[in-house]
Amino acid sequence: MPNAEYSGILIYAQITREEYIHTVFFELLDKARDLSKKLGGVDVNAVIFSRSGLIDSYKESFQNMGVNKVFYFEDESLKEYSTECYSKLLVDLVNDIKPEILLIGATNQGRDLAPRVACALGTGLTADCIDLDINDKGQLAATRPTFGGQLMATILCKNYPQMATVRPNVFKVHSIDNHVDTEFIPRGINYALVDKSVEVLNFKKTVDLLINELDSAEIIVAGGKGMKNQKGFELLKRFADSIGAVVAATRGAVEMGLASSSIQIGQTGKTVQPKIYIACGISGAIQHTVGMTGSEHIIAINNDETAPIFEIADTGIVGDAFEILESFLKDKFDEDN
Amino acid sequence: MMKIALCIKQVPDTTDIKWTEHNTIQREGVESIINPFDLYAAELALKLKAEFGDAEITVFTMGPAQAENMLRKVLSIGGDNAVLISDKKFAGADTYATGLTISQAIKTVLPDFDLVVCGQFAVDGDTAQTGPNIANFLNIPQVTYVKNFIEVDEKSLVLSRETDEGIETVKVKLPALICVLQDSYEPRRPLIDGVISASKKEIKVLNMEDIGLTPEQVGIKGSPTYVSKAFRNISAHNAEKHFLDVKDSVALLKSRLTELNKK
Repeated sequence: MPNAEYSGILIYAQITREEYIHTVFFELLDKARDLSKKLGGVDVNAVIFSRSGLIDSYKESFQNMGVNKVFYFEDESLKEYSTECYSKLLVDLVNDIKPEILLIGATNQGRDLAPRVACALGTGLTADCIDLDINDKGQLAATRPTFGGQLMATILCKNYPQMATVRPNVFKVHSIDNHVDTEFIPRGINYALVDKSVEVLNFKKTVDLLINELDSAEIIVAGGKGMKNQKGFELLKRFADSIGAVVAATRGAVEMGLASSSIQIGQTGKTVQPKIYIACGISGAIQHTVGMTGSEHIIAINNDETAPIFEIADTGIVGDAFEILESFLKDKFDEDN
Repeated sequence: MMKIALCIKQVPDTTDIKWTEHNTIQREGVESIINPFDLYAAELALKLKAEFGDAEITVFTMGPAQAENMLRKVLSIGGDNAVLISDKKFAGADTYATGLTISQAIKTVLPDFDLVVCGQFAVDGDTAQTGPNIANFLNIPQVTYVKNFIEVDEKSLVLSRETDEGIETVKVKLPALICVLQDSYEPRRPLIDGVISASKKEIKVLNMEDIGLTPEQVGIKGSPTYVSKAFRNISAHNAEKHFLDVKDSVALLKSRLTELNKK
């Protein structure tokens, strides 16, 4: 039941290593504005952690996106994400301002932070939601897939704040013209909380969050272990180029060294929703399919007719992906010449 | 001696889900397996034990009596002790109540633990929350999305972990909790000697009173979240399957691409 002590929606704005606001924040913000309307126009606020001197560079984004209040922690010690430090500071903030809903992007960082915060607050958390709504009692109704996407569950929370995480690319950002006079509220740091039990010794960048063609691709050609070797992925690339598509891969293919983890789709990779998804040599393990079932039309090519990918495909072609793609390219070459 | 608590979960084999006529999951006759990510967690714990030498692994699981089989399987690949946390009152626990229950069991059996190892996700619920919840209740640091370990000594552990933007090498002070992702190594299989010695080992069974919790703290009562509605996600896709020769397959692919591009 709604608790009068708690009001408004708070969204965690993740700052990336390259110091921009992670796109999932804007996706959550878009959805939060819908929820706010259903709650009678409550405030939509954000919380941000950054190193010293950076907060000014983000102000415009928040103002143009209609955020009412931004609570910010700004300190050199916050440069690297730390589970303990961030979660303790966030818990203190929530206890002070008492939002009824707290939303966090289901990135690796968000999935590390959110359960720790929820647990410390003694409240529940619904992870990886694909839909958020307000029910007739004014509660957050969070819908998420379970059992590998085969069962959907709508989950409510008895305690406050009601917390949910949502993966990037699940909600769409609608362009808005909603400039507001955002209030920026600094928060002090309790240095006793800045614990250093986890120290980052080294970082190797393997994913470029900014330049990822997969987010906007209309057609994606994805390869799994069935593409066998480098030649298989070269073939995929040629096929993708010929139809104006972007190449993606399963975790299995990434682990075989056939593709970069930056183009991995699924549970530990990206979520995509292109117009056409062509799955080549992909068996369709749930760890992969959770990242692509939102595609409008799925074409699967696999020589194993029992592969689970055929259960979720619109067009299933039982056959050898190598032969079919080679032949497709040859035909196209002949036509073009 | 380094004391390692390894947490595993029994899950239904999600590749083999059957539905009742009411579109609910048929639980009877569905095979249970160890959550696949937990096998990577077990493998990492075993590799740590081998590297550190003087270490002991205690395997914990919360579940019904038959979850004992999962514990024996881990004992057969090199786990030392096993604890089954089992009570009818635990039924319906969400990740919060589960985290509290498992953390209390660890405090009861292994109060001087150095490391807790969990899998990153479970394939049934896929929340990735229970590990961080246990860490919070034990008031220890956590490292999630762990791929492998690099160094270990009595006081700390150096690990590689996957972040949103790449691979981090981190050093964590012990005691700590880690959540393990699958990596390029494969979990080991039991040997016959292991299976025989595992079958002789005693499994400690703990109920709610044994771990010092009350009915309000466990199961549905102890869970902040509850399912208001569950429904079958019927694929919106057609699932039409074509058996054609290469030439016709190419023709079908072409025609689909042309149609869809027009939309």
